Amino acid sequence: MTATDLKSYRPPVIELSEEGDELLEVAMGPHHPSTHGVFRMDVALDGERVVRLKPVFGYLHRNHEKIAETTSYLASMPYTDRLDYFCSLTNNWAYAIAVEKLAGMEVPERAQYIRVITAELTRIQNHASAIGFLLQEMGASGTPLMYAFREREKILDLFEALTGSRMMCNYMRFGGCRVELPKGWLEQVSKIVDGLPEFIDETEALLTGNEILMARTQGVGILKPDLAVNAGVTGPMLRATGVNYDIRKVDHYGIYDRFKFRVPLGDHGDIYDRYMIRILEMRESIEILKQAIKDIPAGPIMDPKSKIRGFRPKAGEAYGRIEAPKGELGFYLISDGSPNPYRYRVRPPSLINLTVLEDMCLGRNVADVVLIFGSVDIVLGEVDR
Amino acid sequence: MAVEPDLKIELGKQGVFVTTISEIYNWGRKNSVWPMQFGLACCAIEMIATTMARYDLARFGAEVFRPSPRQADLMIISGTITKKMAPQVVRLYNQMAEPKYVIAMGACAISGGPFKQGYNVLKGIDRYIPVDVHIPGCPPRPEALIHAFMTLQARIDAQPLTGGDRPRHLDADAQGLFPVPEQGAHDLEPPVNRLVWPLPAPSTSGKPTGSCE
Repeated sequence: MTATDLKSYRPPVIELSEEGDELLEVAMGPHHPSTHGVFRMDVALDGERVVRLKPVFGYLHRNHEKIAETTSYLASMPYTDRLDYFCSLTNNWAYAIAVEKLAGMEVPERAQYIRVITAELTRIQNHASAIGFLLQEMGASGTPLMYAFREREKILDLFEALTGSRMMCNYMRFGGCRVELPKGWLEQVSKIVDGLPEFIDETEALLTGNEILMARTQGVGILKPDLAVNAGVTGPMLRATGVNYDIRKVDHYGIYDRFKFRVPLGDHGDIYDRYMIRILEMRESIEILKQAIKDIPAGPIMDPKSKIRGFRPKAGEAYGRIEAPKGELGFYLISDGSPNPYRYRVRPPSLINLTVLEDMCLGRNVADVVLIFGSVDIVLGEVDR
Repeated sequence: MAVEPDLKIELGKQGVFVTTISEIYNWGRKNSVWPMQFGLACCAIEMIATTMARYDLARFGAEVFRPSPRQADLMIISGTITKKMAPQVVRLYNQMAEPKYVIAMGACAISGGPFKQGYNVLKGIDRYIPVDVHIPGCPPRPEALIHAFMTLQARIDAQPLTGGDRPRHLDADAQGLFPVPEQGAHDLEPPVNRLVWPLPAPSTSGKPTGSCE
């Protein structure tokens, strides 16, 4: 141990619980195999029981919002890819909607359909990975995550053919999409979409009725609907509590009012419900994809009036939001008429869903904390920005 | 000194296996690299993808990502290192047992990448710890990580056990622990580790060399 190490070394803080037992303060993270990257939970433990839990953010704070305020509207598009790095295409869409609202642009039909197709593919691969990681944290080392990533790779191949990149798919533009679909791309999509139900069936056969999964997740990490609503929780976490709120249905952004799909709801708000909601949402996404592939029209993919270079929207403000795989992703922009936004603010679902972490964990064991945290499905790029 | 390949083959035909200690030692080490389970940002997802079925890092004897630095000898710095996280990264590196290696994966780990202008982003981890292989890309594809693995293996294979170029763990005088930076009033202190980030050589022409920090 070097001198600097010694200087910063701090023994665990020992306090007393109400009954006079010793409490042990443990820092889970920022490097911990279960924290999905760089996230810290300061947990106070009474034996194995959690009596206090404080999330500590900021280990991946990359100045996204500030950088966006100093660059042009277009130049912050690639930064949105790196917000939630599982779902770069939905992030693109949310930002594009905000700018389109700000500048009053129209998006052509074909581009709207392409956006729906890419967003639903993103949702499927995000949910598949989220379930894989959740099971990984439960100790199911490998298999579910392997299944999920096998499917994810197929979807990433589609993204790569479309955008040139596996993960950072910088594809959408204000007023449409960047490039036309490659030849035979839609056929490839429909081939992969046809194979997806088999993957979900397989995953469900492995997991849904699994005794260990049920024992570890049912009744664990319960989130009450009123707390969820008050805390601003959105996405699968909110719907697992039984609250019917899906921005695709509420806001009808894009062309979501044209598709027939259901919004799956849970009723216990525990980890098992969150798992089931994700499975069911994947199935609904497949339905949307089938309809979109069937109906996609020919035509332009960019609004001919839209201007990419030297783009200066009029002074004003706009908030664009979508139902990202993790919840409500919103971009709030204020323009002062200059080429870069005066204020640029992201409303990330991951950060806001994390605020109820303590309420879900209190009274549970440390091992449950890992699971509850996994079931929130966060990405640190979006939490810290 | 390695044995001449032709002679070795000829001797092998006669049933004589000739090798050197360094060859067999390096062969053993290069085929059992144990990476640490350590992800920082986007690149970590590609690192995970590398271990999954399609890319299958297990082929390189690097199958099991270790949850503890004490059991690992390769740190893949996959992602953006912020100034809040940098001390932890250096501390984890210090906790790893020698001989140990570092792969800096992605633009952020090398230089700060697209977030370089941010006040909170470290402009490359090689300012604090020695990096063996850099992988450019944002994020690099899994194939690029595999290539970095192979590059690292080639480097391990070529390491002499004695002499001035011998690896750090065989040099009693070499620095093994690196100072952990601390949050200072304005920046991390020290801002760089001079052992691994030396000052540029003075210009002979009298003009500035142009490098800055």
